Amino acid sequence: MAKAAHTTREPVILMSKRGELLPPWKSWGIRVIGFLLSLVVSGIVIMMVSGLNPAAVFATMLDGAVGTTKRSWVTVRDAMTLLCIAVGLAPAFKMRFWNIGAEGQILVGAIASAACMIYLKNLPTLLLIPVMICASLIAGGIWGFFPGLFKARWNTNETLFTLMMNYIAIQLTSFFVALWENPFGSNSVGVINSQNKQGWLPNLLQEGYNKDFGWNVIIVLTVTLIMYLYMNHSKHGYEISVIGDSENTARYAGIRVNRAYVRTIVFSGAICGLAGFVAVSGASHTISTSTAGGRGFTAIIVAWLAQFNSVVMIVFSFLLVFLQKGAQAIASTYNLSQEVSEMITGIILFFLLGSEFFVNYTVHFRGKKVAK
Amino acid sequence: MKKFLALFLALVMTLALVACGGNNAAPAETAPAETPAAQSGDSAAAETPAAPEASKLKVGVVLVGDENEGYTFAHIDGIRKAAAAVGLADSDIVWFYNIPESEECYDKCIECVEQGCTLVITNSYGHQSYCQQAADENPEVQFIAMTGDTAMKSGLANFHNAFNMTFESRYVSGIVAGMKLKEMMDAGLVTDPHIGYVGAFPYAEVVSGYTGFFLGIKSIVPEAHMDVQYTNSWFNIQDEGKAAEALMALGCCIIGQHADSTGAPKAVQTAKDNGQAVYSVGYNIDMLAAAPTAALTSSTNDWSVFYTETFQTLLDGGTLPTDWAKGYEAGAVGITPLGPEVAEGTAEAVKVAEDAIKAGTLHVFDTKTFTVGGAEVTSALTFDSDGDWTNDTNEGIVDGYYHESEYISAPSFSLRIDGITELN
Repeated sequence: MAKAAHTTREPVILMSKRGELLPPWKSWGIRVIGFLLSLVVSGIVIMMVSGLNPAAVFATMLDGAVGTTKRSWVTVRDAMTLLCIAVGLAPAFKMRFWNIGAEGQILVGAIASAACMIYLKNLPTLLLIPVMICASLIAGGIWGFFPGLFKARWNTNETLFTLMMNYIAIQLTSFFVALWENPFGSNSVGVINSQNKQGWLPNLLQEGYNKDFGWNVIIVLTVTLIMYLYMNHSKHGYEISVIGDSENTARYAGIRVNRAYVRTIVFSGAICGLAGFVAVSGASHTISTSTAGGRGFTAIIVAWLAQFNSVVMIVFSFLLVFLQKGAQAIASTYNLSQEVSEMITGIILFFLLGSEFFVNYTVHFRGKKVAK
Repeated sequence: MKKFLALFLALVMTLALVACGGNNAAPAETAPAETPAAQSGDSAAAETPAAPEASKLKVGVVLVGDENEGYTFAHIDGIRKAAAAVGLADSDIVWFYNIPESEECYDKCIECVEQGCTLVITNSYGHQSYCQQAADENPEVQFIAMTGDTAMKSGLANFHNAFNMTFESRYVSGIVAGMKLKEMMDAGLVTDPHIGYVGAFPYAEVVSGYTGFFLGIKSIVPEAHMDVQYTNSWFNIQDEGKAAEALMALGCCIIGQHADSTGAPKAVQTAKDNGQAVYSVGYNIDMLAAAPTAALTSSTNDWSVFYTETFQTLLDGGTLPTDWAKGYEAGAVGITPLGPEVAEGTAEAVKVAEDAIKAGTLHVFDTKTFTVGGAEVTSALTFDSDGDWTNDTNEGIVDGYYHESEYISAPSFSLRIDGITELN
């Protein structure tokens, strides 16, 4: 009796991994539903903690992110920087090389760019910008090379290694900030070349600077496209995905795994270094230890949400920056503390990541037939 | 674990669905969306009939800290008072708190412009270059970098600097400290008149301040000498406390400060409670709450004087001065109420000094009261932004005293005078 009960006992909720991938319209449907639900829940939270009308709060969010031309450009600018980092992280993560070191790679790329702006300001812009791009790529690549080499040679733990490289990069940044501080004693570099704008990415659509960020878009989208082709239509890309699925299989198939590790992480670091260039030359025109500002970690979320598909990352980096800008607008418009807006971002992210669960798993309730 | 997660997610989703049902009625009572147009409409409606022209002034404020930090609190307080004085509605002020001295400051200045501000104020020295960049790109909006020093050279008509003549109140707080020091020496509690000073950064604003403080002390105790310990931060409770402890360990019996937290006064109070004869002179805010018996006084700024004048000028359609600096005479600086243990006669001595400063008969940086390298100083740089050792403005020393904050608003006195040692 007891035994019979035991054998027939069904769990209240049964989850199982989906046998086959969902068609795109279904998986994206789940994500959209997750996003809409997150808005509803955060709306309720807003009402409960602040007594404000959620509809007005969401309108403020929209207004804060894309309410004016300038705001839209700022949103685009920040989304592009984030996208560049996420695109850089994608090959490493796809290969199961946990590159937590984007922060550091951005910073060294930023240092290289700032150094060019300061020391090579007499070069013509047409030459200076490419030099800055190369310098930041090389710097980021070097920052990726060491963890890659150690992983390939001695199988060190890349998570810890790249993480520790971040701290070195932060200290290095502090050193250069102290070296370049302006005015003396201020402990801040200030706006570099504010007079003649050497090394600033100019506007694409009009004269001057800081009106639009068209060049950021062009540079980052080009990188995104290259990465998409590299990952999906090149031998290297194929090797990366095989290594990511199983290192032993890759070895058996004759892929030189160690070489692929080093090559991929150098590539990954170089793109993150380029993000440092975009951040310095295309956005802030200065350097500080907050130049990376945690975006090296936020970009990991972007890369994962997009399943390492660089084109899909465009959507998610916009979404995250949109949320961030919107949340800041809420905080300043309603005089709420920044934490409330971070709660809203947190709720939305929770649902987005949660919807990935429903994309990959099915849930059956007791008493219903499991469809075959 | 997976099961739990699934259960939890399902629960959240169910809740969300339920809530969704309840929420359907909400849009019916929705207020109009907050667009910039709606905001300006609101503010126009909120205007008092007495000041209909106030709608042409909208102020954006970018602050390095928030109400918990003394320096920023003094600015918030000053802006609120000034707004009340000129009849500016709450909706006409946009606040940004805790903005670091980085490109975020530029972004926030631009955001102020986007929200329709006609005046943007940043309150920290390190905000200046970002504020200036925003000013350069938005010539129709007025920008003020408080405590900054590049407006005069920038050549921008819409970019301004302002600072109170805080060195005056520091001098007066030095007199309070000097009186106490003299009393302690007369009582035999202290033999070496050793003063400590917790400074933020080694630049002119701090140098000018501690020199003023020291000269105040010296006017009472001529043989006094002072050590300065920098923290390299405007606000760091732990570091300021540690710096004060280090100075007290060297034998300092009075700790002054040019840093914004209560770290130093608290450390002094603890040492005093343990039987050491030490006292604290604070900055910005009354330190009696942090150090009930150890605090003598604090030098403070009343920023409402500046902000009221600025708001009124813009409301009247006038133009702002490139540099603004006022002190005791305008009531822009002062000291907080004296602590319970100040020396006898302190209030009278303070009054005498304050009156002399107001009357213009007492100059804080009188060259007869200090020496550099053992000699009296006859010439000094006022402001030298490019480091070529020639003045950007005028000769600093005229008529026997250094003309602090007269040519540009930011403190520029950066001579290291005899009797003061920088420890780091």
